[in-house]
Amino acid sequence: MQFLYSGLTSGSIYALVAIGYNIIYNTTGLINFAQGEFVVLGGMLMYTTLSLLGLNMFYSFILTFVTMFFIGILFERVFLRYVRLKTETNLITVTIALAIIIRGFVMIIWGRDSLAVPSYIEEKTIPLLSGSITSQSILVIVTCFITAVLLSSFFKYTKYGKAFRACYDDQIASTICGINVNMIRMLSFAVASFLGALAGAIIAPITFVTYTDGVMAGLKGFAAAILGGLGSFWGGLFGGFLLGVIEGFFAFIFPSGFKDAFAFIILLLILFVKPSGFFGKKKAIRV
Amino acid sequence: MKKVNLLYITFLIIGLTSFYLLVDNQFYKSIVIYILINAINASLLNILFGYTGVISLGQAAFYAIGAYSTGILTVQFGVNPILTIIIGLIISAIVAYLVGYPTLKLHGHYLAMATLGFGMIIYILLNEFSQYTGGPSGLVGIPKLTFFGFTIDNESKFYIFLSIYFVIFSILLELFDKSHLSYKLKFIKESEFASKSFGVNVAKVKLTVFVLVAALTSVTGSIFAFYSGFISPVSFSLKYSIDIFVMATVGGLGSISGGTLGAALLTFFPELISNFEDYEMVVYGTLLLVIVMFFPQGVAGIFKKVFGKYVKIG
Repeated sequence: MQFLYSGLTSGSIYALVAIGYNIIYNTTGLINFAQGEFVVLGGMLMYTTLSLLGLNMFYSFILTFVTMFFIGILFERVFLRYVRLKTETNLITVTIALAIIIRGFVMIIWGRDSLAVPSYIEEKTIPLLSGSITSQSILVIVTCFITAVLLSSFFKYTKYGKAFRACYDDQIASTICGINVNMIRMLSFAVASFLGALAGAIIAPITFVTYTDGVMAGLKGFAAAILGGLGSFWGGLFGGFLLGVIEGFFAFIFPSGFKDAFAFIILLLILFVKPSGFFGKKKAIRV
Repeated sequence: MKKVNLLYITFLIIGLTSFYLLVDNQFYKSIVIYILINAINASLLNILFGYTGVISLGQAAFYAIGAYSTGILTVQFGVNPILTIIIGLIISAIVAYLVGYPTLKLHGHYLAMATLGFGMIIYILLNEFSQYTGGPSGLVGIPKLTFFGFTIDNESKFYIFLSIYFVIFSILLELFDKSHLSYKLKFIKESEFASKSFGVNVAKVKLTVFVLVAALTSVTGSIFAFYSGFISPVSFSLKYSIDIFVMATVGGLGSISGGTLGAALLTFFPELISNFEDYEMVVYGTLLLVIVMFFPQGVAGIFKKVFGKYVKIG
């Protein structure tokens, strides 16, 4: 049972990253390679506001998320919009470049060491069904679920949420209906960046945060997104948890050094067998 | 069909020869050797990314497969050095086929992520299988390359060997650029759907190019192993993949001189600036961003614009 709990904890993070990928993919058709760096930035900003500036927890959360929200907007408005040749390859390369820049700046500003963020709630170990789970893990899993529910109701019931879904279905048609597609694209980056930061902030007290974490977080989030079906909201959530549990299971059996290899093997397998994933609505475009 | 551009090749030959004759400094020679190795890797990635439009972020993995095949087979099993190059090439091709087959059927970004992941896996394996690879501390004592009774045992000899290899490579590249194949690849880059309707088997062509590039990258890896005599996982991390990627893009995508130009610039300048390592990532990222956003043709494209009126450049 123990691997299930640790799997669910890391799975929540993959799920949040995967949902971030999906939101951007749905509105722009792009894979944002900097999604993993958002996770690191979220953790780093929490460290700065909590430990260095000594702010109240509430204010540090607000500050982190508002900053990340604007970084997301900056991404779309400044960088992706002014690319001369807007081919898909070029736009993806821009996100790769931005990921490298963020990683570089994080290294310069916060250094190469792992940074510990103080835990948000009192640390306790709770015995549960032939295993034990820490209070922090519960916090991570619960936060992930609440976020998922809030986001899905945002997409379902609010005006902007409906605009998001309309853009996903057909961008030209939604422009005709008077939806500002450019703004939705911008907001999708902002929301994705916010989700990445949330993932980084809640996992930071457990795993600490290092400037190189972004690559793995991004890669595994992508594997989760593919597993659930790229572009599907609940698929991302499901894929994240599934990937986390499978990974936890393998780490239980094999030496832990190989743990990271499994996410990739799962990614290749799923691309081999069923590229649209479990819940993919749009078919992964074959050429 | 365009005529082959002899100017670039002549320039390369004259440059490499005169450098050999005029400069008698081990340090500068070793820098040029590194430039040439990077130039070959970057040019290969350029075929993949610049011509075909396939993003690969795991070139270091194939480079590592070549280097470690050579390293492990010569050090642990005493296999003939030349044979290890071929074995590395075959392993690399098979692996590239396995990674490329599922992902290249799909749209662009899948391969980018898959190769990124693959690079990480190879890096993990190099560190974990320390029984064979020597783990993080690396593999020492790789013998020097010997063929037809010649042993390439010092810097100068290696410089000559690599220069010859590089010139042959550049001539082949130039021939490729003017061949029917390169137009086919550029067509795929422009529009996959259009090329498909013209009867190009897009997935197959992409896979062939990917496998070929991986195999040749592995050969460069083997050469690097013979040159340095010592290999450790650090040389094959994600950073190297990104370096190569930046070199190809900055140099100029879709032009033959691009990879070489990028490699020359980005290998040489960091040597001049001390303490560059801290700022490397930011500088490389910014370069990549600026080039992709404003100069999609890279440095080679800028050259072409400025001097193109007077001299015909590749």
